[in-house]
Amino acid sequence: MFSGFMVNTWIVASIVAVVGGLVGFFVVLRGSAFVAHALPNGSFAGAAGAGLVGINVLIGLGAFALLGALGIGWIGRRDRPDVATALTLVLMLGLGALFVSLSVEYAPATYSLLFGEVLGVSTSQLLPTAGLALACVLVLALLYRPLMLSSVLVEVAETHGIRAARIELLFLVCVALATTMTVPVVGTTLIFSLMIGAPAAARSFVRRPGAALGLSVAIALATVWVAIAAAYDLNLPVGFFVGVLSACSYAAGRAWVAWRRRASAVR
Amino acid sequence: MGLDAAPGRAGELLAVSGVSVTLGGREILTDVSFTIAPGEFVGLIGSNGAGKTTLLRVILGLQSPNAGSVLVAGKPRSRRNPMIGYVPQKFELDADMPLRARDLVALGIDAHRYGVPRPSRARRERVSAMLRAVDAESFADARIGELSGGEQQRVLIAHALIQQPQLLLLDEPLANLDLRSEQEVVALLHRLAREQQIAVLISAHDVNPLLPVMDRVVYLAGGRAAVGTTDEVVRADVLSKLYGHHVDVLRIHGRVIVVAGPGGERGADLTLAHGDEDASLELEG
Amino acid sequence: MSGVLRAVVEPGFFSSGPVQVALAVSAAVALLTSTLGVFTVIRGQSFAGHSLADIGATGGSGAFLIGAGPLWGFMVISIAAAGAMQAVGVERQRGRDVATGVVLGASLGLAALFLYWDSTLHNSSGETYTILFGSMLAISPATVPAVLGLGAVALGVVAIIYRPLLLSSVNAELAAARGVPVRLVGAAYLLALAAAVALSCLAIGAILSTALLIGPAAAALQLTKRPWRAIVGASVIALAASWLGVLLSYDSYYWPPRGHSWPVSFFIVTLVFACYLAARLVGSRGRRR
Repeated sequence: MFSGFMVNTWIVASIVAVVGGLVGFFVVLRGSAFVAHALPNGSFAGAAGAGLVGINVLIGLGAFALLGALGIGWIGRRDRPDVATALTLVLMLGLGALFVSLSVEYAPATYSLLFGEVLGVSTSQLLPTAGLALACVLVLALLYRPLMLSSVLVEVAETHGIRAARIELLFLVCVALATTMTVPVVGTTLIFSLMIGAPAAARSFVRRPGAALGLSVAIALATVWVAIAAAYDLNLPVGFFVGVLSACSYAAGRAWVAWRRRASAVR
Repeated sequence: MGLDAAPGRAGELLAVSGVSVTLGGREILTDVSFTIAPGEFVGLIGSNGAGKTTLLRVILGLQSPNAGSVLVAGKPRSRRNPMIGYVPQKFELDADMPLRARDLVALGIDAHRYGVPRPSRARRERVSAMLRAVDAESFADARIGELSGGEQQRVLIAHALIQQPQLLLLDEPLANLDLRSEQEVVALLHRLAREQQIAVLISAHDVNPLLPVMDRVVYLAGGRAAVGTTDEVVRADVLSKLYGHHVDVLRIHGRVIVVAGPGGERGADLTLAHGDEDASLELEG
Repeated sequence: MSGVLRAVVEPGFFSSGPVQVALAVSAAVALLTSTLGVFTVIRGQSFAGHSLADIGATGGSGAFLIGAGPLWGFMVISIAAAGAMQAVGVERQRGRDVATGVVLGASLGLAALFLYWDSTLHNSSGETYTILFGSMLAISPATVPAVLGLGAVALGVVAIIYRPLLLSSVNAELAAARGVPVRLVGAAYLLALAAAVALSCLAIGAILSTALLIGPAAAALQLTKRPWRAIVGASVIALAASWLGVLLSYDSYYWPPRGHSWPVSFFIVTLVFACYLAARLVGSRGRRR
């Protein structure tokens, strides 16, 4: 499984895991699980639309992910964030339903878009993926301090002069970027579970932000590697393994926390 | 009613003059004026819904007043003022947040700047010194979300003070504390104010915990303010005029009890009349 | 007058069997979900509502795998998921959303598996589409009594717990102080929500049931702060959007370029979103006054 096409898969998947782990750290910190779920799912509509019009699927993905981020940001100014996310998501999905029903070729391409495909990565995708990943990581590094404080203590952040609404929008765009490049291997449906399970587990085990970031990436890498190997061997969708493994990581983290609390209570 | 309001007087750290704020059709604050001198310890007293948080937000530059002005050391207020440190009333710090007390205090140094902070010994020591000053060294490396309410508050005070402000604003820090923690926080603030030579403006709904340390009090009721020393302001005649109806002030064993007569204030976040079929909600935001 | 009607409504609409079923089912779904949606928005549990729908997709595909009717697949899995959410019961919203996301992720992973087996074993890909996007104009008439019955029961539960649910949704602490059994009421609410979501999954598909749950309620709440009025407003919007959606979908068969109707779910979602935007516009003008 380490030759030919699969090399590309391993490379892209590793990049996906690194970005997913880093972005996911902040997703969990901010409690933006819904957004992380909504943007990839909604961007699927863009992919369907792109297929309909005949342009590159990734462009459609990226455009809709970005539009989704902007939509959530805009609605979220006057309504609760979870309502903003829900409304933006269903609008994108409604469009997706339309595009899918209007298009002729359906099942195989859509399925791999939704749930991941081990053999779908071509060499030409490597460079754009790496480029997007770098952009994403740079944005996160740039925003690190204001993002940390506005995620934890938003009122205090405002008094530091940090504009929380602007940071939120930039972060959403970051998630949209991460979404666009992660679809090839894992699929739109399950990429969010990678962005949630790994960081949630990581923060249960370590307490420094830097260490939690690192561990989040490590767990995400392990998840993706095991998922690809299993999907390749058992000929089952990658997304299935990502979803289940992420849930296992999360459960392990919570079990550790419960054990630690009981241990310290006894003392 | 504003016994000490002389806006723009040279040397005043904070000058609030004629501030009025209307929100959602309701006049929250009407013509509020007071000043704070450097190093003064001032209590902002009022019941829930009296407008304390609104006033603090105006001073911090997070809320624009409909009338009036706020000057900080002679300059108009702005959104980011390194001269003011702030400890909010409500904060949600999850138990499994990957952030130690030490990390949160470090963020106070320069959270507004872009990029990742470069770890340096000077930075580390500055954080440690601040934690020592607030008696938080024993739990400096614990998860911020696993600390008690009082401990978290101390960390937030350290976070606010590490940028060396001249004025510290605290929004109802005593609200959810037990009696002993209350006394500890007040004593801590009093000591810090003296050591670091900062002025403190602390809001509370009960004047008693602050009696031993307050220099002056700003008493808010019905959107209006009475300003002066405790003896000048916390009196039946002054407060009755402020509230607009009869109020009794009782002093027992050095404690002060303000008792509202019938028709007293109702300031709650939820207006849900019991038995009212068409109950209306005051939903936040 | 009849000319106008004929222009708007394509021939055979009212007499069409599938249309009648669609109208009945969508009415039940609209009323039930929009009512529950008001509470969902107030409680800030939009993600939970959406997750129950997506998790329903797993149930639907699993049911198809074993040859059972999709409604029962949706019901069983929704109620199980609701029970799990109630059991996990993390207090702070941030933690709760992460937990919901993890459960959703695992469930969607299973859905991936089921759908894969569906397509390889049963060799049909149309089922994927149906489960995800609904098949309102192809619901079997035999399920109508079950749908209406379940809908009525769920609405009855909401009616019974209306006041305590409202109190605990707006201010849980205050409600507890007044003696409301907050956890019990929350559990009953989740059960009713699970039923509503299962029904709407059947009607407009797992993914899009969120639209009827959140959209009308969010729109209504932009216009009024009184809960009873919000429920009525949400129900009206949901009903109108659903029926108009059915009509437009039926009509679209005759639209150029091809004899192929556009999905009902697309129309309903777009209409609901348009209502929300309109409500927000009107609401903000009122606020500025």
